[in-house]
This record gives sequence, structure tokens and C-alpha cells, in this order.
Amino acid sequence: MQKIITLFVMIFLSIPVFSQENLQEVKVVQKRKGIQKSFTVTGNTTLITSKELLKAACCNLAESFETNPSIDVNFSDALTGTKQIKMLGLTSPYLMITEENVPSVRGASQAYGLSFTPGTWVESIQITKGAGSVVNGYESISGQINTELLKPLNDIPFFLNVYGSTDSRFELNTHFNTKLSDKWSSSLFLHGNARVAKLDMNDDGFLDNPLAKQINILNRYQYYNAEKGWVSFINFRYMNDKKQTGELNFNPEIDKGTTNYWGSEINTERLDVSTKIGYVFKDMPYQSIGFQNAFNSHDQQSYFGLNQYNIKQSSYYSNLIFNSIINNTMNKFAAGLNFTYDKYQEFVSVNDYSRIDNSVGAFFEYTYDNADNFSVILGGRIDNHNRLGTFLTPRLHVRYNPWEKGVLRFSAGRGKRSANIFAENQPLFVSSRTFDILDTNGKIYGLNPEIAWNYGLSFAQKFSLFGKSADVGIDFYRTDFKNQAVVDVMQSPQQVLFYNLNGKSVANSLQLEFNYEIFSHFNLRSAYKFYDVRTDYISGNYQKPLQAKHRFFGNLEYETHIGENGKQWKFDYTFNWIGQQQLPNTASNPIDDRLPEFSKSYSLMNAQITKTFSSTFEVYIGGENIGNYTQEKAILGSENPFGSTFDASIVYAPVFGQMYYAGLRFKIK
Amino acid sequence: MKNIILILMVSFLGFAAQAQEKKNKNAKYVTEVNGNCEQCKKRIQKAAYSVSGVKSAIWDIETHQLSLILNEEKTSPLDVKKAIAKVGHDTDEVKATNEDYQSLHTCCLYERK
Repeated sequence: MQKIITLFVMIFLSIPVFSQENLQEVKVVQKRKGIQKSFTVTGNTTLITSKELLKAACCNLAESFETNPSIDVNFSDALTGTKQIKMLGLTSPYLMITEENVPSVRGASQAYGLSFTPGTWVESIQITKGAGSVVNGYESISGQINTELLKPLNDIPFFLNVYGSTDSRFELNTHFNTKLSDKWSSSLFLHGNARVAKLDMNDDGFLDNPLAKQINILNRYQYYNAEKGWVSFINFRYMNDKKQTGELNFNPEIDKGTTNYWGSEINTERLDVSTKIGYVFKDMPYQSIGFQNAFNSHDQQSYFGLNQYNIKQSSYYSNLIFNSIINNTMNKFAAGLNFTYDKYQEFVSVNDYSRIDNSVGAFFEYTYDNADNFSVILGGRIDNHNRLGTFLTPRLHVRYNPWEKGVLRFSAGRGKRSANIFAENQPLFVSSRTFDILDTNGKIYGLNPEIAWNYGLSFAQKFSLFGKSADVGIDFYRTDFKNQAVVDVMQSPQQVLFYNLNGKSVANSLQLEFNYEIFSHFNLRSAYKFYDVRTDYISGNYQKPLQAKHRFFGNLEYETHIGENGKQWKFDYTFNWIGQQQLPNTASNPIDDRLPEFSKSYSLMNAQITKTFSSTFEVYIGGENIGNYTQEKAILGSENPFGSTFDASIVYAPVFGQMYYAGLRFKIK
Repeated sequence: MKNIILILMVSFLGFAAQAQEKKNKNAKYVTEVNGNCEQCKKRIQKAAYSVSGVKSAIWDIETHQLSLILNEEKTSPLDVKKAIAKVGHDTDEVKATNEDYQSLHTCCLYERK
């Protein structure tokens, strides 16, 4: 810690020197919107630029969606501090999450993977609602999130970000970039974060947030030869993340594996190596070939009280893609092959669930665009997977502009996946629940593959209101499960059951959106969201637990004119209202450890102010949960954590109250 | 990506002359087409695409340059220019008839040279 402080001081001291040197520079920067929605792209895709990511300055990919209505961010449990994202009312396992189009958060990394990408590394995020493209695989069901990292070719030589908050979390990001030759560039990203103090604001004897330490290093190289048409990336990445949580008095050295105090440690080590090669044909700019390869090793060693959970996943992913046209560029196609290999070494207490999964697939995607008001993407793929069998995955996207500034979209598609029930439901380990799998005949923990169809219809219209630009949007999506690995917490508070869906499971979502530039530089973004996510459980048909049926989102942003040398103020305010949520069944518990059937509705507010001193230096301060709303009882049975009613997995509201943070960003251009 | 396209286009402009004798299947050709706006862009590109053998047609609103990639075995720049003139836009070799020009939308009534 002392080292970090010394480093901070040194860096602060050196800033005035640097910033003075850069005063002369004048640059015309085009005003870009933080969230961009195209009216000519076929899919219902939102682009989040790095500008938008600065509005919620903390801290990693999981926290990058707070100002975006398409994605809901929830806490996964009362102990690990992990944020969980949902789209169309379905949790992240049903999303295809890719990093530069390579599947990233999957399998073992499902629970914490989003927190393993620091926010400052991100160049942009594309969010596609509904069925995704077949190019990236068969797994996506409710949507796709692709993250593009900063490219060595365009990056600035040096970037520094320092962050600290009242919940005792500190972050340090440094980026270095050099041009090695006229064709090669390289970036080195170093990230460290730590939470150093034990805090218990709700006095339940448990830490509100885990003690944490993360080191994350990315070294990437980019080759770019415009004359010959070659582009290539090589990435090396190492990450080490350690978390400790549980009772305040828990000391892992003494109390691990005992019932002295309840405690948990989650240690993850990850190594990624990936390469990408692209070639654009010499006299045909519309024809290209790309070849991606990624290897990663993800090793999580953890225990939650007396529940041991270790998982190591070694994966190899390869994707070969050829893009070209039929007759002319109004008719494009992509065709290619995928190969995936996953070796899991998974241990739940003493049970060994180790296995090897592999799949090989071929895809073809045809795009017709009349270069005016209509486009359609028709995709299909065939895969052979050692557990899922041989199957087809069709996907369809259609766009039509019936009139100016209006866009109508339709999508439909099928997704299929194997549910990693333990890795995906790790939050349930922080309870005394037993994990019971009721089926035995399937090939994945005894369960069958999950299969779902997703259909979506959306309409958006831009218009002018009192001379200022505005837009409205409405979209409706439906996910229909043919089979699902049902996670049942409605049966008993001492159990979580896993079984194949018997009956119906659907997720309907409706979103109404209204965005308006109230006056120059002052923008409003608002959305109302309705979710009807229902599953037939053994004990009956219920709304999916911990999913609000109604949500309201509002965001206000104001910026002053960019002054001399880029001087500027930016203000941002986000409001979320979350309606009542179905809670897991606790009716059979003693009266003190019972929760009502539904949680109360509540609202959350975040705000941030950024002051830009020059185009190279800015500071920001902000607050999260300013209204200080917290869940009354975050942990059931906290007095007796080894008793039968202990449960820290039922989290419907923040556990930690208001939190304030400050940080700075410094660049050398 | 745009840069690649641009650089490729520029570097191949030089080749265009030689390549024409050999009947290039991916011949690049850049020519000026008169027009104004987004609507013109759509009309010009649509007309170019309607010519069989045109693989790519991109018209730039600012510079009025139409960048073509076409299969010389099937068509020629002149054929494309004819098709574009027919929908009301003047090219260097083929001009639109007065009638076709007048029938354009008001915002597309570019200044004729």
C-alpha cells in the first residue's frame, strides 16, 4: 500500500510539468455522442463509445453499463461484491460476451469474468439485442456484447488513471504505447486494484465488500500494412485476482475450513494469448479473410464457508472467416469455420466434474442491403459438439426504413448451450443451501442442453421537438425456452434444485425509450422497461426471482462548451427505479429468517462531475447510491452462519450505502 | 477499414489504364458525377448497381467522386455513366436529358455545368 501511495505522489508531482508542455496544441474535436444508434445497421445494435464509459468512472466492464438502458446491472450476492448484468431479463450466461469477437466471458469465468477487464482498456462496446450473428457461435440467446479494446496503432503514448473511493477501493491504470516501426505498434496496459479496509456499514458482522487485490497486464502488438492489405494483432495477458470476504473476524490462516468464523476466498489466475490475422484482397476491398486464435487458461481456487469450489478451464478457440460479395456489394456474405476446445477440471467439495468439451462448426451468413431502406441478414451454422450433438442454428435480422428517420427491425434466432450450473450460480455457494441435481440422464451434469428461440421487433423514430433533436424507441423481445437447466430456489430455503425444464419458460421484455436534447449540451435519456420472465418450477409458475417486473431509467448529462485548451465541465446524473421483485421462497424458515414474497421497490441515484483542465488532464468526482438505499436484511441467518438458514445470495438492493469516489486522468498525446 | 479502401483505391488508380486492355475483373474507376445530397447518393449508387458487372459503387457527397469497381468483361465505365445520366445525373461523358434532370426532387437539382 505504501508503495502505491508513493507512486501516486510521484505521479501527481510530475503532472504540472507535463501539462504545461502541451498547451500549444490545438485540435478540432468532433462532438461525438456517447451512445450511438444507427438507423442503417441491420441489427438492433447500440454503440457505447469511450466517451460514454467515462460517465461511470468506475471501474471495469461489469460497471460500464450503468448509463445504458438496454442492460440492467444487479449485485449477485451480499458478499463478493460482484455485479451481474442482465439483458431482456436474462442473466449473462444467456448473452454472448466477446472481446474483439473472441468469446471471452464463458464457462468458468461466467460469474466474475466481466470484472477482469478494466474499463480504461475499452475503446467501445457494441450491444446487440436479441439473436446475435452466427459468425460468433451458437450460444447467444438474448443478446451479444462485444468489447473492442484500444488499438495500439491509434493509441496515445501514455495514459494514467488513478481512482480512490470511500469504500476503500483504489485503482491504478497506466497505458504505454510505442510505434516500433512504420508497420508495428505496441501497447502495454497495467492495471492494479485493491480494496484494503474491512467495512461493515450494516452491522451484521460481515464485510459489505470483499477485500480484493487484482493485477492485470495486457501487452499487445498490432501490425498494419495498408499497401499490402495485412492487419494483425498479437495479445498476451495475465491476470491475478484475490478476494476475501465473510465475517469481520475471519482470518483465513486460522479459520479456513473451520466453523470458528464464516469466511471465503476466491483466487483466480488467468492467462490469455490470442492472435488475429486479416487480409484484404489486393484489388477487391470487399473481399477479406480473417483468422483468429485464442488460448486461455482460467484457474479459480475458492471456498465459501465450508463449500469448496475449484475450477480450471483451459480453452482453445479458432475462427476462420472469409468475407466477399455475390455480384456486387449489395449482396455480401461471410463464411467460415470455428473450433472450440474446453478442458474443465472442476471440483465441487469432493465431487469431481472434470470433463472435456469440444465443438467444430461451419457458418454462412448472407447480407442483402439495397443501399437505401432495406437490408436483411440471413445466417445459419451447423455444429458438432461432443455433448450437444449435431445441430443447426438459424438466425435472421431484417431492417426497413418505412420513412425518413424511422427504422423498423425484426430478428429471430435459435441458441443452444450447455449450462455450467456451478460456475454460473456461484453466488448460491454463499448460503447453506445444498445443490441438488434432479436429472441424471443428460450429458451436462445429468442435464440436457438449453435451447431457446428469441424473437424481437423494434421501432425507432428520430424527430425534432421545439427545434431540438429527439428520438423515441419501442422494442419487444420474447425468449422461449424449449429446454432450460432450471435453477430452482422456490422449493426450499435450504436447497437449490437443478432440473430440466418441465413446462414453459419464457422471458418477455418491452422497452420504451425517449431521448431528448433539452437545450444545447443538455441531454435527457429515459427508458421504461417491463419484464415478464416466468418459469414453471416444481412448486408452480413464478416470476424469475430477483428480477423486477418494472424498471425506470433516467440519465441527464450536461457539458459546458469546450474552452481554451479543452477546458470543460461535465455533469452526469443517473436515476434508476426498480420495481418489486419476486424473492426466493423462505416461508419455511423461522420467522426471523423469512423474507416477504416480494421485495419493496426502490430508487438509486448516481452522479458524477468531471473537470477537464486541458486536453491532457482531467479530474472527476462522483457518488453512487447517493440516496443511501440499502437492503434491510442482506444476509439471512447472519447470527449463525453455519446454521441451516444462512443465506447471503438473496440480494435485491445495494448492500453498501452511499459511496463517493474521485479520480484523475492524465494523457501524453 | 476506410483507410485501407482509400489507399487501395488511390494506389490502383494508376493501374486502371494498363489494366483495361487486359479485361480486369476488378477494375477500379473514379469519375465525377454531379449531384447534391444523401438522396442523390442513393439514386446514383442504385443506378450504378443496376448495371450488371458493377461490383462496388460509392459516391461521395463532398467531392462528387464516384468510385467504381467493375468487371470489364461484362461492362464499361461508359455503360455506368449512361445508366447514371438516365436517372438525371450528369457525368463527364454522358449528360442527363433535360427531362430527366427536371424530374429530380427539388433538393437534388444540382447546378449543371
